[in-house]
Amino acid sequence: MRKIALAAAIALAASATAPAIAATAVEPPAQEWSFDGVFGTFDRNQLKRGFQVFREVCSACHSLKLVAFRNLKDPGGPEFTEAEAKAIAAGFQVPSLDDTGQPTTRDGILADHFPLVYPNDIAAHAANNGAAPPDLSLMAKARENGPDYIHAIMVGFHEAPEGFTVPEGAHYNEYMPGHVIAMAPPLKDGQVEYAEANVPRTVDQYGKDVAAFLMWAAEPKLEARHRLGMGVIIFLSLLSVLLFLSYRRVWRNIDH
Amino acid sequence: MASGPSTYTPSNGFMRWLDARLPIVRFANDNLLSFPTPKNLNYAYTFGAILFYCLVIQIVTGIVLAMHFIPNSALAFGSVEYIMRDVNYGWLIRYIHMNGASFFFIAVYVHIFRGIYYGSYKAPREILWILGVIIFLLMCATGFLGYTLPWSQMSLWGANVITNLLGALLGQDFTQWLWGGYSVDNPTLQRFFSLHYLLPFVILGVSVLHVWALHHVGNNNPTGIEPKGPQDTVPLMPYYTTKYYFVIALFTIAFAAVVFYAPNLFGHVDHYVEGNPLKTPAHIAPEWYLAAFYAMLRAIDFNFILDSKVLGVLVMVGAIGILFLVPWLDTSKVRSARYRPVFWWCFWIFVADYAVLSWAGLQPAGVVLFQTGVGEDGNPVGFSITHLSQIGTIYYFGFFLLIMPLLGLFETPRPLPDSIATAVLAKKKGGAAAPAGAASAPETRV
Repeated sequence: MRKIALAAAIALAASATAPAIAATAVEPPAQEWSFDGVFGTFDRNQLKRGFQVFREVCSACHSLKLVAFRNLKDPGGPEFTEAEAKAIAAGFQVPSLDDTGQPTTRDGILADHFPLVYPNDIAAHAANNGAAPPDLSLMAKARENGPDYIHAIMVGFHEAPEGFTVPEGAHYNEYMPGHVIAMAPPLKDGQVEYAEANVPRTVDQYGKDVAAFLMWAAEPKLEARHRLGMGVIIFLSLLSVLLFLSYRRVWRNIDH
Repeated sequence: MASGPSTYTPSNGFMRWLDARLPIVRFANDNLLSFPTPKNLNYAYTFGAILFYCLVIQIVTGIVLAMHFIPNSALAFGSVEYIMRDVNYGWLIRYIHMNGASFFFIAVYVHIFRGIYYGSYKAPREILWILGVIIFLLMCATGFLGYTLPWSQMSLWGANVITNLLGALLGQDFTQWLWGGYSVDNPTLQRFFSLHYLLPFVILGVSVLHVWALHHVGNNNPTGIEPKGPQDTVPLMPYYTTKYYFVIALFTIAFAAVVFYAPNLFGHVDHYVEGNPLKTPAHIAPEWYLAAFYAMLRAIDFNFILDSKVLGVLVMVGAIGILFLVPWLDTSKVRSARYRPVFWWCFWIFVADYAVLSWAGLQPAGVVLFQTGVGEDGNPVGFSITHLSQIGTIYYFGFFLLIMPLLGLFETPRPLPDSIATAVLAKKKGGAAAPAGAASAPETRV
C-alpha cells in the first residue's frame, strides 16, 4: 500500500515538471519530420525546397534577420555550394553607404545577414494594414509544436464557418489562435516550380518544406547536437558502469 | 571544522613545518578524506554532492556566457542568439546553463524533501537547515534573475509581474528604485545581470557555511540515530566519494539527455520571442521550479482584512519563510519518517501537494477543471485551477502549522533500533527481521 502511494507521489512529481500550457487554439496535426528523434537529421533537399518557398513567397513580407547567407553553405543545413550561396546573397540588396557616405544599397555577400524587408517596424505596420509580418528566424521555436504549427497555418486557410465573422482585411485560419489571421493565404497548388520532378507541387508539400527550412533556421546546430549527444551519453553510460563497480568494490567488506 | 579529533599525522619534515603554520592539509584530510560518515546513508543522501556539482557547472558555463552576452535591452536577445549560432559550442554552453538551472532545482528539491523525511532539521542541525533555506532563497532569486536576461517576452513580462508583486507589498517607490526607472527597461536588465553574476558566489559562500555546520555536527542518517562509535561510520574517502562519482555520472546522463535531445523541455515558447513592452503575452508563466509559489500567490483571489494582492504576496513569501521555523514546528522526538507511521503518509501527501501546486502554477488561473455550469457571461464555471491551488495552499501551510506540531504529541512512533550498526545488521538478516516499516521504505531497494 505504501509502495503504491510512493509510486503515485513520484508520478505526480514527474508530471509537474513538464510545463503543460492549456492551448487556446486547435492543436496542429503532427507531421513526420526527418529531424525528429535522437538520430534525426535535416533532409538537405527538403531544406533547399523550403528555402525556395521562403525566397519566392515568404520573403516578400517576412525577414530572416538572424540567419546569414554563409549559413546556407554550413554543414548541417541546406548545404548549398559556396558558389550557390554567393549567388543567393547577390540576389538580395543590403543597406550600405556609398563613397560619399550617403545611404545606398549593394548586392549581398556571404557575410551579410538576410536583410530586413521593411526599414523599421512602423513601415512594416503601415504597409500591412497594421499587422507587421513577424521575423521568421525563430518561428519554429517560438510556437508550441513549431514545425507542425507552421505547416498547419499554411494549410489551415478556408471559409469561415457559419456565424463566425472575420474582420475586414483579415482571413480565417483554422490553426491560428482565435482563428483570425492578417496574412492572406500565401500559397496555392503549383505556385512554386521545384527542380525535382517527383515532389508534389501542393500547398501541403510547400508547407512541410518551408516548415523544415524554418526549423533549421531556428536551430541550425540541431544535427551537431544530436551527434555529440550520442557520444556523450554512450561515454557516460560506460563510465557509470565502471564507477558503479568501483563503488561496490570499495564497499564489499562493509555492512551497510 | 570536522567533528571529532583530527586523524592527520604529517608524513615528513616539510609537512610538519607547513602544518604548524597553515594546517591546510590537515583541514583537507579531516574534512574531505577521513571525515566519519554514517555507513547507512542511502542514495537520497548523495544530492548534497550533486548540488555542489550543479553549482560549479552553472558558475563555469555562466562565466563563459557572460563573455558573449550583452546586458542591453536592445541587444540582449540578439546576443543570446549570437551565442546559439556563432560562438563555438555556444549552443551547448547555453543549453547546459539554461537546463542546468532546472536540474539544480530538481536536485535541491530531492535534497530538501529528504531533509524533511529524515528530520534532518532537528537539534543539533537547526543552523544547518536554516543555512540551507537561505541557499534555496538565493537560488530562487538567481533563477528568476537569469530568467529575465535573454530579454524575451517571458523575461520582460516575468520581470514585470515579480517586481510589481514586491511593489504591492513595499510600494511604488520601492518598485521604481528596483527598476531604476519608471518601467522594466535597460537599467533593470543591467542591474539584474550584475546581481545574477553576484549571487552564485554568495551561494558558494553560504554553501561553505552549510558544509561547515554539517561537518561540525555530522551527518544525520536514515535511522535518525546519532552514530555511537567507529562501528557506525566509515571515512568519507573512499566510501562516499566513490558513491558520489557514480551518482553524479547517472545524474549527468539524465541532464545530457535533456540538453542534447529536449533542450527546450522546461522552457516556454515565448522565450524565443523578443521582449516587447507594448505587447502583453496571453499567459505569463514562471519557471516550473517557482510555479508552486506562484500558484499559492494566485490562490488568494479574495480580500481578508488585507487586499487580495498584498495577502497573496504575504502567502507566497510566507511559504518560503515558514521553512525557517521548521526545526521548532516539528515537536516529535523521533527524526526519521521510517519510524513515524502517520508522518510518513503526511509527508508523501505533502510531496504530491507540492507537485500539484507546481502544475497549477503553470496553468492559466481561470481554467475550469470540472465544469458544473455556465456563468452569466457564457463562460464555464466550476472547479478551477484557482480552487485547486487554494486546496493545495491549505495543505502546504497545514503540513507545517498543524501536522508538524500536533503529530509529535499524538503519534506513536515505531521502536527505534539501538544503533546504526544494529539497524544495518537487522536489515542484512532479511526484511522480516528489520524494524517494522523499514522494508517498504525507499532506501531498502539499494
